[in-house]
Amino acid sequence: MNLKTFSLDLKNKKRLIPQVLTLLFIVLLISYFTFNAQVNMDNRGIAFGFGFLTQEASFDIGFSLIDYDGSRSYARAFLVGLLNTLLVSVIGIIIATLIGVTVGIGRLSSNYLVAKFAEVYVEIFRNIPLLLQLFFWYFAALRALPLPEQAMNFNDISYLTVKGWYVPKFIWTNFSIFIYSVIAAFIAIIFVSKHAKKQREEFGKHIPSFYIGITLLFALPFLSFLIGGVELEFEIPVLKQMSATIFNFRGGVSIIPELMALAMALSMYTATFIAENVRAGILGVGKGQKEAAASIGLTKAQILKLVVLPQALRIIIPPTTNQYLNLTKNSSLAAAIAYPDIVLVFAGTALMQTGRAIEIVSITMGTYLLLSLSISSFMNWYNQSVAIKEK
Amino acid sequence: MNLIILKPNKENLQTYLVLGIVFLSIGFIDIISNSFLNFNITGFLPSIISYLSPLILGILGLHFIRIEYSGNKTLDQINKNLNSSNINAILSLIVIFILIKYVPSLLNWAFFDANFLGNTKEDCTGNGACWVFVKVWFNRFMYGMYPDAEQWRINTSFLVLFGSIVSIFVLPNKFKKYIILFLLFIFPIIALNLISGGIFGLKWIETGAWGGLSLTFIVSAFALIFCFPIGVFLALGRRSDLPAIKYSSIGFIELWRGVPLITVLFMSAVMFPMFLPDGTYMDKLMRVIIAITLFEAAYMAEVVRGGLQALPRGQYDAAKSLGMGYWRMHFLIIMPQALKLVIPGIANTFLALVKDTPLIFVVGLLELAGMIGLAKTNPEWLGMATEGYVFAAFVFWIICFSMSRYSQNLEKKLSTER
Repeated sequence: MNLKTFSLDLKNKKRLIPQVLTLLFIVLLISYFTFNAQVNMDNRGIAFGFGFLTQEASFDIGFSLIDYDGSRSYARAFLVGLLNTLLVSVIGIIIATLIGVTVGIGRLSSNYLVAKFAEVYVEIFRNIPLLLQLFFWYFAALRALPLPEQAMNFNDISYLTVKGWYVPKFIWTNFSIFIYSVIAAFIAIIFVSKHAKKQREEFGKHIPSFYIGITLLFALPFLSFLIGGVELEFEIPVLKQMSATIFNFRGGVSIIPELMALAMALSMYTATFIAENVRAGILGVGKGQKEAAASIGLTKAQILKLVVLPQALRIIIPPTTNQYLNLTKNSSLAAAIAYPDIVLVFAGTALMQTGRAIEIVSITMGTYLLLSLSISSFMNWYNQSVAIKEK
Repeated sequence: MNLIILKPNKENLQTYLVLGIVFLSIGFIDIISNSFLNFNITGFLPSIISYLSPLILGILGLHFIRIEYSGNKTLDQINKNLNSSNINAILSLIVIFILIKYVPSLLNWAFFDANFLGNTKEDCTGNGACWVFVKVWFNRFMYGMYPDAEQWRINTSFLVLFGSIVSIFVLPNKFKKYIILFLLFIFPIIALNLISGGIFGLKWIETGAWGGLSLTFIVSAFALIFCFPIGVFLALGRRSDLPAIKYSSIGFIELWRGVPLITVLFMSAVMFPMFLPDGTYMDKLMRVIIAITLFEAAYMAEVVRGGLQALPRGQYDAAKSLGMGYWRMHFLIIMPQALKLVIPGIANTFLALVKDTPLIFVVGLLELAGMIGLAKTNPEWLGMATEGYVFAAFVFWIICFSMSRYSQNLEKKLSTER
């Protein structure tokens, strides 16, 4: 844009003045806030800066995926919180998708009882605030579980108690080789499916790439056990007597009740929205499409795979991604039941200790913003790549 | 007799029917005696078969009565809706068994074994729910720490709000405009002054005492009233062809939509005071309402933008050809049509807003869920978490369900009108 034409052309002045006013307003507001913040921080003797991130955190976190103790830095504590947020989001997204797809298909079932059951589920869980559901699971349902000495026993390998869910721990040797074999399997699958597509389109030959893919996915990791030196052992939790009356489990992995309650509440709540998306997507594929596919002789499985699903997914995926984003943002409710996610660890404990409100709240909000923006830009890219290309 | 076990046919309808009903009833007797009488009539079988016996018997029974066009209307209905294939039969049986197993015990807990009488925890003797807890704390759940003698002020405010909303629908169109203006500009001031007091001889009640369900409504009503105009302007800004305005609107909207409400509330509680001039103090509730307003305004903007995009171009062209400027075109032609289109969307935003209000507990304001959290830690009422949260869930469910039904009906009505 050329500034000279702006200043000379009267017609452009009409466009210029509101823009300048808006920018001026924003700049003034920001400088007013910055000035006040400067004065306030000077009065309290705090200097703005992110140097505190390298200082010793000196608080403990109850649940962590990476090595952490009080002698580590605030940056490390932030990482622990972020990983915990991601953990519960991923678990929640997986369970919510499973329940959501099942219930969404169930709502369209020809079976009256199943359709009604699915509808009641959706109407109940969609219309109760997530925080209340979380409180219900955490303070009411999970608190009713038995004490360790009367734990609910699943085949002597896993125990459910009021203190958490104890599951066997996987102890790997040469874990990296196992991971490489899985990656190799995926690369091989991509090649096979590309080759199969080429054969099908050029020579009309059908290669069962799906079954080959499944075989590869199991065979390569299995080979890594046979010849790669990969070993897997299980450490099963055992009940130990701590003192005269106190029992607890030792060994294995303990899934803390906070994580269970949060994952359950998030997935049950989000599943209702996913179910509605799935239902809308399936209803959105016209009946004529299925009839046309059947009339050219496709089998039922082919109709589902080649005609219905590609069109339904196009309707289902955009709103469902939105729900995944909502679930990730809603995982911040963790602070209400003391699950150490990013909000509780960083915007809670770390802020209390350092008093650096501006820095910490901006880092926390920035992290969520970055998460949302990256997921939504990825989804925009994906959407464009699956959109119908009209000629 | 031409009895083929595998393929029930119409000729032997009676026989198959009797056979099927016998199998089905044995299955049901089995599950009922298992659930309520603690007696397993198939206990002599290996454990896994005995566990699955009601299901197996049920599937056999349903298989025998699956006869197409039997001529019996009830049977045809059952077959069509519950028993069209083996998989559907299994699903139906599982749903029925779940209902038989859990619904009676749930009803027992909530009603038949529950305690309604008395005033202390000791009055709760049965195995069921202790609704005495809810009864005793009911006033607190509704009004928080607001003094009993002054509660008429909250009630009056809500009655006025409710009355004016109803009158929008009842009164002729002539008055509608004035009522909406009253709701947007005058009512908030009256209600705020009436509830907080301090003038006209009303006792001053600080916002820390406000709470319970009424606080949920206060926060969501004020946030809705304030976020609506901001959202409209943001939506217009986002569709503007002036780059500076367009991109600052997009930035504002995406910033709020990208972060969770809880961090926004944290911001209002700990970061916002730092941005105010030294020595000024803004009330906690006021800050929370501002935070929620800005947050919801971003969502409202997207809803309104949807309406703007749905309008055909011809409307803009027609307005311009009449010589209307930007503002006259938008407020006389575009907005009235666009807003009508997005009434269901606005209702949904309000629904989300009501469901989000319990989050204000993070800054120490106690609405319904927060009051229950407080009550359940009272030493005299320990162990009442389930009753409290079930009650709160029920209250919120009634509010949200009726609102979502209302917006669905509106959506249907509007989609047929066009």
